Amino acid sequence: MPTFVYMTRCDGCGHCVDICPSDIMHIDPTTRRAYNIEPNMCWECYSCVKACPQNAIDVRGYADFAPLGHSVRVIRDEEKGVIAWRIKSRNGETDLNLLAPITTKPWGTAIPRVKDAAGPTQEQRDSQLLFNEPKYIRMDDGDIHTLESAGLKMKAGVYY
Amino acid sequence: MFTTNPFFELSGLISPLAMQVYVIAMVILVAGGTLLDTLHKKSARYFFENTEKQKKSASRQVSGGEKVAIAVKTLAVDVLASGEFCNQRRRVAHLLGMYGFVLFVVTTAILIFGYAESAAPAILPVLWHVGALLVCIGGYWFWFAIRVDVSAEGHPWYRVMRADLFILSLLATATFALLWSVFAATFFFVLFIAAATVLFGTVLWSKFAHMFFKPAAAFHKRVTKADGSRENLPEVPDLTDPAVHARYPDIPEYLGINPPNMGLGIKREAPSHY
Repeated sequence: MPTFVYMTRCDGCGHCVDICPSDIMHIDPTTRRAYNIEPNMCWECYSCVKACPQNAIDVRGYADFAPLGHSVRVIRDEEKGVIAWRIKSRNGETDLNLLAPITTKPWGTAIPRVKDAAGPTQEQRDSQLLFNEPKYIRMDDGDIHTLESAGLKMKAGVYY
Repeated sequence: MFTTNPFFELSGLISPLAMQVYVIAMVILVAGGTLLDTLHKKSARYFFENTEKQKKSASRQVSGGEKVAIAVKTLAVDVLASGEFCNQRRRVAHLLGMYGFVLFVVTTAILIFGYAESAAPAILPVLWHVGALLVCIGGYWFWFAIRVDVSAEGHPWYRVMRADLFILSLLATATFALLWSVFAATFFFVLFIAAATVLFGTVLWSKFAHMFFKPAAAFHKRVTKADGSRENLPEVPDLTDPAVHARYPDIPEYLGINPPNMGLGIKREAPSHY
């Protein structure tokens, strides 16, 4: 299900070209609008769909299994810090709206500053643990946390 | 210099009737080019099919009065203020070019049809020159610095392709018009007419017709928001609404009751890495 661009919406800003991990979103030399140069190589990561400020990019369902026009569209609202999805089924009976937070702090304010962290001691260097691992797996907070220490038991089989 | 009517001085060389016939021919070329463009790209068919699809998925009916309000808003925001641009530099350049072009074309028509044989009020030639100047300022700024090939892809400004047909012929028209007015040389007049003929005669191949279909697309976009179809896009609700908190408990849990503005995210940086 490769991406495609609504030409009446696209203004050729280049955000999709910038973000595409496969480098297959390009600016068309004739119309100066974005287009997917190699739909076969698109793995539907939705990066460009979310990055497009004009919501000009959509993902096409292949005609053999999505013939009746289902739709999965998304708006990533950076200023509100949320992502909204709308999923419509082929028969039109389902029209699902979903909303989820994508950040808890303003963008760019909570980047880990690894270089400011204290360097490892000789003891830490000799240990088999990775840098800062004791902190991340909370070994400094009463040793490593296990099912046992949390009062849980491993159950057999698949359970949710 | 800016108060002289160049068409009045031209009337010694070319009869006003010939000038008027040329203007009418250009109008016909634009109308015909736009019509052919619509047929060739099947844009009208796409537009009406899209409207039918949108009506089917609409959750509410948009009344006639509401449509008028939407049309007024489209005119005020999207047309008169170029509100669809996200890039503010492009928006300013577009506003300069658009108002300059409208001033230039309208005053040209008035000067040719009304004042080719008599003295024009001083304001008209001034507006004609200001229009051409605005087109040049906005257009050259766009050409040398803003367009995506230069600003993001790092191509040199002189790399020309078909997408540049409109902007280049527009720039050439305004530039040669100014040069012709300043130097009163027939050479520049010939170039001015050549550029204007290319500008108005290549509507089928250039993006000239965007000034007609872009407002229609902007109006359609607003109608889809009003009738709830939203082109299948989700609605991003007001995050302070208690009903939203009840429906999506993650929102108050992670963002709080009154979420702050999180800033521009990836749009903090202009795309320029490709």
